[in-house]
Amino acid sequence: MELTRDVQMDLHRRMVRIRLFEEAAGRLAEAAKLPGFLHLYVGEEAVAAGVCTALNDDDHITSTHRGHGHLVAKGGDFNRMMAELMGKATGYCKGKGGSMHISDLSLGMLGANGIVGAGTPIAVGAAFADKYRKRGQVAVAFFGDGATNIGAFHEAANMACALHLPIVFACENNEYGEFTRRDRTMAITDIVDRAVGYGMPGVIVDGMDVVAVHEATLEAVARARAGGGPSLIEAKTYRFYNHHGVQNLGLKYRTDDEVAVWKQRDPIFSFEEKLIDVGTATAADIEQVWSALRDDIATAIAFAEDSPLPEPDQLLVDVYTTKASIGMNGGAS
Amino acid sequence: MTDRKLSYAGAFNEAVRQAMEADGNVFAAGEDIGAFGGVFGTYAGLQATFGVDRVVDTPISEQAIVGLGIGAAVTGLRPIVDLMFMDFVCVAMDQIVNQAAKLKYMFGGSATLPLTITTAAGAGLSAAAQHSQSLEALLCHIPGLKVVYPSNPYDMKGLMTACIREDNPTVMIKHKRLLGMNGIVPEENYEIPLGTAHIARSGKDVTIIAYGRMLNESLTAAKTLAADGIECEVVDLRTLQPLDTATIVASVKQTNHVVVVHEAVRFGGLGAEIAAQIQEEAFDYLDAPVMRVAAPFSPVPFSPALEQYYVPDALSIANGIRAVLERSLVGR
Repeated sequence: MELTRDVQMDLHRRMVRIRLFEEAAGRLAEAAKLPGFLHLYVGEEAVAAGVCTALNDDDHITSTHRGHGHLVAKGGDFNRMMAELMGKATGYCKGKGGSMHISDLSLGMLGANGIVGAGTPIAVGAAFADKYRKRGQVAVAFFGDGATNIGAFHEAANMACALHLPIVFACENNEYGEFTRRDRTMAITDIVDRAVGYGMPGVIVDGMDVVAVHEATLEAVARARAGGGPSLIEAKTYRFYNHHGVQNLGLKYRTDDEVAVWKQRDPIFSFEEKLIDVGTATAADIEQVWSALRDDIATAIAFAEDSPLPEPDQLLVDVYTTKASIGMNGGAS
Repeated sequence: MTDRKLSYAGAFNEAVRQAMEADGNVFAAGEDIGAFGGVFGTYAGLQATFGVDRVVDTPISEQAIVGLGIGAAVTGLRPIVDLMFMDFVCVAMDQIVNQAAKLKYMFGGSATLPLTITTAAGAGLSAAAQHSQSLEALLCHIPGLKVVYPSNPYDMKGLMTACIREDNPTVMIKHKRLLGMNGIVPEENYEIPLGTAHIARSGKDVTIIAYGRMLNESLTAAKTLAADGIECEVVDLRTLQPLDTATIVASVKQTNHVVVVHEAVRFGGLGAEIAAQIQEEAFDYLDAPVMRVAAPFSPVPFSPALEQYYVPDALSIANGIRAVLERSLVGR
């Protein structure tokens, strides 16, 4: 399949957006300007971009603790994202969720998630609703290799297949569950081997190749929209930074050489080389993408820094949908 | 109002049926609820009426059942998901506690979760330790959840209707031993607002606070004590979260003596919270300590010979009331 120039440039732009957002977040964290945990998506950009470029705005995704990339790829707003990471009132979650719960329901992004694997049953629910309404929507569950070891994933995958739901299980196999190598925690090499146990097709793609991810997703999404049920895509990828934080080298659980090998396959730079080689874009075109987005990031940081913190009176707001009768004691007031 | 009678289970079923007739976004999912109608018959006949896409038989997968409800609710449907026995709530705890209860808050208010989780609690059927528990206190402890526990068929229909219409994740607890209880239930649709307790019996001497099956045992105890000249006021909480503290406190201010009754174990049960709130809000009105009649701190035993001593009943409640009055600062 030959992708149009527009689609290829869209894939590229989404990856660059993720990279720039994450690198900026990393710098802010190093400067102690971000409270809480930060799980950077750098290195895995081809997965979120390749998948989300195959989706419509009203398709649903669930995400993970490493969720910024998914929201950016779905069209997330830099300003509101950066403000949320800083805990500001103007953030996506009004400062109540932070990095691990960032979400934009208007984009069908049903939230990053602090519990490994927990987004997968929620994606099943979104896919159920998509099928129920018969509007041709689909859901994508993003999760890591480690999540396939948790019960929620098994229940979700089985139920999705049993109910024949329009869903794509998108596994980002980055070879580490937190700080432990994948081969210490499972006896199989390929996550895709699990798919057959649920009765769904599965495919392995190079998670550093945005076109490969995109084309596999187009096929899986088309199947789901046509009533063909769930699919599993295993994207082999790598996180350039630590499980959380901004350290990338000198880690106890992986070698610097391994990081270097994966970085040579950087999903953005390798794609840019191809774009230039085949004449789809010039170096100047690519530089223009980066520079425009750098401006957006600078704007977002300024917006976030200038934004107010949440007022104390917001503490109890939005615990329930109507304020009704819930007071500090959990009793009727 | 007609005097049509319906069972507790039938009232539940009718509330679901009427909600599904009124709102195409309402669907139900759970283990065995479709073709079989639910192991307690509470979903009987619904799949035949509404089809397999709206009354969904699921795998035995409690996490995914609740997740199904969350994902569907947050994307615009109004799900009812069933966790057959309340003990199985524990299997789904991450989805209930970490997901359903918190999504709205974590997302800065943008999410709405009109989700009803239904389940069946309670001992008395020799179902042993994993099919008999009363775990409502666990759920009441979680900000973001509402918890409802009807004591009779009329309340069941009105509360279940309110749960389905509610825009927050709500757990509807049915007591297994009340399923066959009959009572007058209007055919027309009606709603009992969540968070409102009901004075099931008026009295001036002592307030009994109860819910679910223990409400009925408390009414029996009150009748017995009335023969001895002790007039009990019986408060049926109906909703456990949010708690109708105002009704509780108003009653306590009249009677000055309180017994809280529940089938859950005493330690850390809802009675502890209620006692604490009463002493915070009505300490000066108390003539005796707030007492609790509840299950002992053990798993629910299997043998009927043991189980009968485990579950509070009208006799143990009456004894609890006499104990409170004996400790009263005001001589009777």
